[in-house]
Amino acid sequence: MAEGILVIIENNGEQVNRLAWEALTGAQTFAAEVGQPVYAAVPGKGVTGLADEVAGKKLDKVYVLEDDKLQNYTPDGYAAALQQLINHVQPAYVFWGHTYQVRDYAPKLATVFGKVMLSDVIGYRMEDGKPVFVRQMFAGKFNADFTFEGDAPYFVSFQAGTFSADELQDGKAEVETFALDLSSVEIRTEVLDIFQGVKQEVDLSKAEVIVSAGRGLKEKDNLKLVFELAEALGGEVAASRPVCDDGWLPVDRQIGSSGQTVAPKLYLAVGISGAIQHVVGMKGSKYIVAINKDPHAPIFEIADVGVVADLFEVVPELTRAIKEAKGA
Amino acid sequence: MKIAILLKQVPVKDAQLKVNGGGTWIDESDVTFEINESDHYGLEEALRLKEKHGGEVVVVSMGPERTKEAIKQALAKGADRAIYINDDSVRSADPVINAKILAAALKQENFDLVLSGLQSDDLGHGQTGVIVAELLGMAHATIVMETDVKDGKIKVKRELESGWFQYVEIPLPAMLTIQSGLNQIRYATIKGIMAAKKKEIKEVIPADLGLDAAELQSPGVKLHKIYVPVKTKETVILEGDPKEIVGQLVEKLKNEAKII
Ligand SMILES: Cc1cc2nc3c(=O)[nH]c(=O)nc-3n(C[C@H](O)[C@H](O)[C@H](O)COP(=O)(O)OP(=O)(O)OC[C@H]3O[C@@H](n4cnc5c(N)ncnc54)[C@H](O)[C@@H]3O)c2cc1C
Repeated sequence: MAEGILVIIENNGEQVNRLAWEALTGAQTFAAEVGQPVYAAVPGKGVTGLADEVAGKKLDKVYVLEDDKLQNYTPDGYAAALQQLINHVQPAYVFWGHTYQVRDYAPKLATVFGKVMLSDVIGYRMEDGKPVFVRQMFAGKFNADFTFEGDAPYFVSFQAGTFSADELQDGKAEVETFALDLSSVEIRTEVLDIFQGVKQEVDLSKAEVIVSAGRGLKEKDNLKLVFELAEALGGEVAASRPVCDDGWLPVDRQIGSSGQTVAPKLYLAVGISGAIQHVVGMKGSKYIVAINKDPHAPIFEIADVGVVADLFEVVPELTRAIKEAKGA
Repeated sequence: MKIAILLKQVPVKDAQLKVNGGGTWIDESDVTFEINESDHYGLEEALRLKEKHGGEVVVVSMGPERTKEAIKQALAKGADRAIYINDDSVRSADPVINAKILAAALKQENFDLVLSGLQSDDLGHGQTGVIVAELLGMAHATIVMETDVKDGKIKVKRELESGWFQYVEIPLPAMLTIQSGLNQIRYATIKGIMAAKKKEIKEVIPADLGLDAAELQSPGVKLHKIYVPVKTKETVILEGDPKEIVGQLVEKLKNEAKII
């Protein structure tokens, strides 16, 4: 019988990814409800130190998955290694944090088992002893309830922030080096180079006020509205990804999972829908104002003040009123 | 090079969507649709690769009848032909079932390269490309920002988190999932729109593709209902007359945010 929750501990050889710690918190919480053990797998090369760190948390066993073929992450190497471990452990659930790396290989691994992964899950609840998993749909406009059908293992990745790494419970677990055999596994991906993108010319993390422009501005010329507002407030201008993709603003002004992370005193989002990849970059802001014409825009979920209006009417008026208030 | 682009039609970005009566999907009646954003970038990349290396771009698209509008748009931009899969008999929220159907359609032709967007704006599993690759035994790379085909291989730039990138090389045939922003999407020309009228759209249903019908009806995950999320944060909503809204907002910026 499949039993237990296996958490895959993503790491870069030196550090455990924060989302992996969050998934481990999730596993501890979930395990308490379903009465099952928690296991962790630490894949890589030279990762026993990291495995020891994981073993200091409350769980039942830590498996070390070491091989030359796991030195660099590749989908072939990781899927093969975890396939062997899962066949051995026979867990009921496999948990991950929903990282870019997990996007890259976890669906492949689930497919190898003839199973489906529920990706980017934001929570769960128990109904009649069975977990119902919640995911966002339609770019965050709606939530959706999903359940697994058929037999275990069930594969789940959790969105950043679903669980808190600060709530991890400590403990003492056994560490076991799992006997992998990857000799016959062909690694088709050749990793050539890892590097940091364009040098950041603006450091938005120091700005106290950020006015951020989204696709709702419609065209590049309209950006002057946000520049004028930012000037009136004495703040910096930032943007969502599509604004940078379209070349309206340089990419070093982008906020989000593939851009900068900021936490200013005021974050004013103009015509931004509030997709999770944007929100992770700004949700720590002290005060969030969102201007959006769609009352259901997900950005309103995290805003302190939500202005439901046409930005082309409100923004110029706001700029004028702020100048007036400051002048007075 | 023979290139397939998997392309899905989704509601336009700023559609104000409503849940349908049964709570099972959105009410599509007043909604306009467009090509899913990252798929659109994938189409553009496919067209550029063809322009550079020669060959053919085939649109592979699954969905209800309306999907043909998206296909026609892709043909007008320069794709050579299309395979349209009408999935009315299946319509699943299970990414593996959808990938199985797409893979079965792709299998009938030997593509050197299969592209898709990295995630759809409706279901948003972000898995289809990777599953299709596994089902077809192809190497894959995800979140691709740049492509370079050389000597039976493809070198790609992958986006990693927080401004990091990676170059990897994989052998062809390969599957790539494309990230938005890797190129500038072209507009269709009048000439392109005229030419598209003569291009082939081959219409099939899942049953034509040699798939086990029972398997397609037994998903590994089930979507029960969709709903507007319950707010967890106390948000003050301001609406109505712009002048009044602005007056209230300025007070808040003074007294609560304390930045004026
Ligand atoms: C792997 C990955 C990484 C990503 N990384 C990032 C990232 O780092 N940063 C990022 O921002 N995104 C990122 N994205 C993209 C993200 O998913 C969204 O697509 C993006 O954030 C949407 O930008 P937006 O809100 O400006 O545009 P949209 O989602 O199109 O929203 C525009 C909003 O403007 C509103 N609007 C339109 N007209 C008006 C008007 N006249 N008045 C008022 N409101 C109006 C609309 O109601 C809508 O809510 C990433 C996606 C993926 C898959």
